[in-house]
Amino acid sequence: MVEIKTIDAANLEVFSEVLQSLAATDRDITVVTSDSRGSGKLVPFGQKYPDQIVEVGIAEQNLVGVATGLASMGKKAFAVSPACFLTARALEQIKNDVAYSDNPVKLIGISAGVSYGALGTTHHSLHDFAVLRAINNITIVAPADNYETAEAIKQVAEMHSPVYLRFGKKTMPANLNATGSDFKIGKGRVVQEGSDLTFIATGEAVLPCVEAAKLLEKEHNISCKIISIHTIKPLDSELLLAVAENKKPIITVEEHSINGGLGEAVASLLFQNGNTNKFKIVGLPDDHTVSGSQTEIFNHYGISADGLKNTALNLLSL
Amino acid sequence: MHIAELKRKSIESRKKILKYIYNAKAGHTGGSLSIVDILNVLYNDVMNISPENFNSKNKDVFIQSKGHSVEALYVVLADKGFFPEEDLLSLCQYNSPYIGHPTKSIPGIEQNTGGLGHGLPICAGAALAAKKDNSDAKVFTILGDGEMAEGSNWEAMMFASHYKLDNLCAILDYNKLQITASNADVMGLEPIDKKLEAFGWAVTHVDGHDLDELSKTLNSLPLENGKPSFIIAHTTKGKGVSYMENVLKWHHGVPTEEQYNLAIAELDLQLQELETVLK
Repeated sequence: MVEIKTIDAANLEVFSEVLQSLAATDRDITVVTSDSRGSGKLVPFGQKYPDQIVEVGIAEQNLVGVATGLASMGKKAFAVSPACFLTARALEQIKNDVAYSDNPVKLIGISAGVSYGALGTTHHSLHDFAVLRAINNITIVAPADNYETAEAIKQVAEMHSPVYLRFGKKTMPANLNATGSDFKIGKGRVVQEGSDLTFIATGEAVLPCVEAAKLLEKEHNISCKIISIHTIKPLDSELLLAVAENKKPIITVEEHSINGGLGEAVASLLFQNGNTNKFKIVGLPDDHTVSGSQTEIFNHYGISADGLKNTALNLLSL
Repeated sequence: MHIAELKRKSIESRKKILKYIYNAKAGHTGGSLSIVDILNVLYNDVMNISPENFNSKNKDVFIQSKGHSVEALYVVLADKGFFPEEDLLSLCQYNSPYIGHPTKSIPGIEQNTGGLGHGLPICAGAALAAKKDNSDAKVFTILGDGEMAEGSNWEAMMFASHYKLDNLCAILDYNKLQITASNADVMGLEPIDKKLEAFGWAVTHVDGHDLDELSKTLNSLPLENGKPSFIIAHTTKGKGVSYMENVLKWHHGVPTEEQYNLAIAELDLQLQELETVLK
């Protein structure tokens, strides 16, 4: 069994540890890297299980093709590469070889979103939800905390269909909801109950919602519900439609372009089902991304405690 | 299989390719006629693949990277008993599973292909998996010559030699024509053998329509221990029908009734000549 850490760690580190633990008893677990074993924290994995790691060099198209071939022969192939390259350079391989051909490749996008910060747009993945949402037959997962990451890796390992999992490298809380042990791919997770407003967020954008909710509670006595939609596709429509029933304002938050990501997916679902809640999508605007660390970029675009607090107050007309 | 029987199958396969393309009013005629001899030898004389063992782990693997020449693959798979040949009357028709590129929904097909430069990386991964499992499975692909301009092929070339995948065999359908013009005009490949050798592959040239030579070469793989094998099969686009051979418009040209009857008459004559020789 994989032990859930109680000390905060980067989701990337959790991924590496869980994968090592799975590989100890499952010889079919095979990691494929594109000169990314260091950035994927997979050096210890490679030392422990040299027969279960395959290096392809800096060649993302071949990374996904080789992982497809391994998966077609029964291996549990994890193709690990920075999210920016994996989902752009190898997009046709993801579309044709993985999704269309229905090969159960596990695509792992590391250092996703703006994790690479000041390295700039070449290294940011703000398009991955959008492009993959438009491709049939692929599950998209972005865990928020260490708990969600560990559970996601374990569940992904046993999936028999294509899946894309992305996370960052910044330290995240061990568990945003200490009482919650209900992670299931395809089902949203209630991080916090509340009655005045709902944050619907994904990945590393859930944490600032928790921080903003604390400020709103303390300074304005506003009670916020927070949902982690770790699975962008298939979307948990049952939970989201139930959330909208209270008619309260909804703010979606994501480390992704405001075009084609979580926010538009939720808006599409709610609007087509007759909901008229006040609604705001927070993410990276359709513009050149400002330079800086992930935290600085988040602050710049209001994916922060103060930024989200102000967005909430505006939406509540306070 | 006896070479004479393979020869008969090749001519009959050509007739079937034309029949179903003529019926569908669609298809990649020239390329299908170009690769059908290679497919015939692979499926009937080389590979351990049958409807009975298709789901077993140790069987060989074939992925047609140049997916557009699917009509030749359909005809050879039907002849092997993977599905009834008359299913091909629905080729490219509304809601038919027999679309213009290979899909796994058709019995006998391993992977969906059609986008170029995809088959070799997948085959390389499959060959590596077979090595890791100590399986005897060999992995084969047919690449188009125009397709060699895809960078992903060269990524996979580096990979296959790095991992010494001598259970992997790539066959180039080198008919020297692609949709726009000759390879030489569009994007020159030469010297292709030297390029492949420089990438660490064992390379040989064959006449891609000489069934005897194909059989001998493909039954004595790897060409060199510890290296993936690359067979440069020199072929003729539209092979077997005089007015189609080396004529660009037959890349995806569909014959008129008159042209179809003429082609069938030519192939029937080839069958008669074969029977005469055999007697």
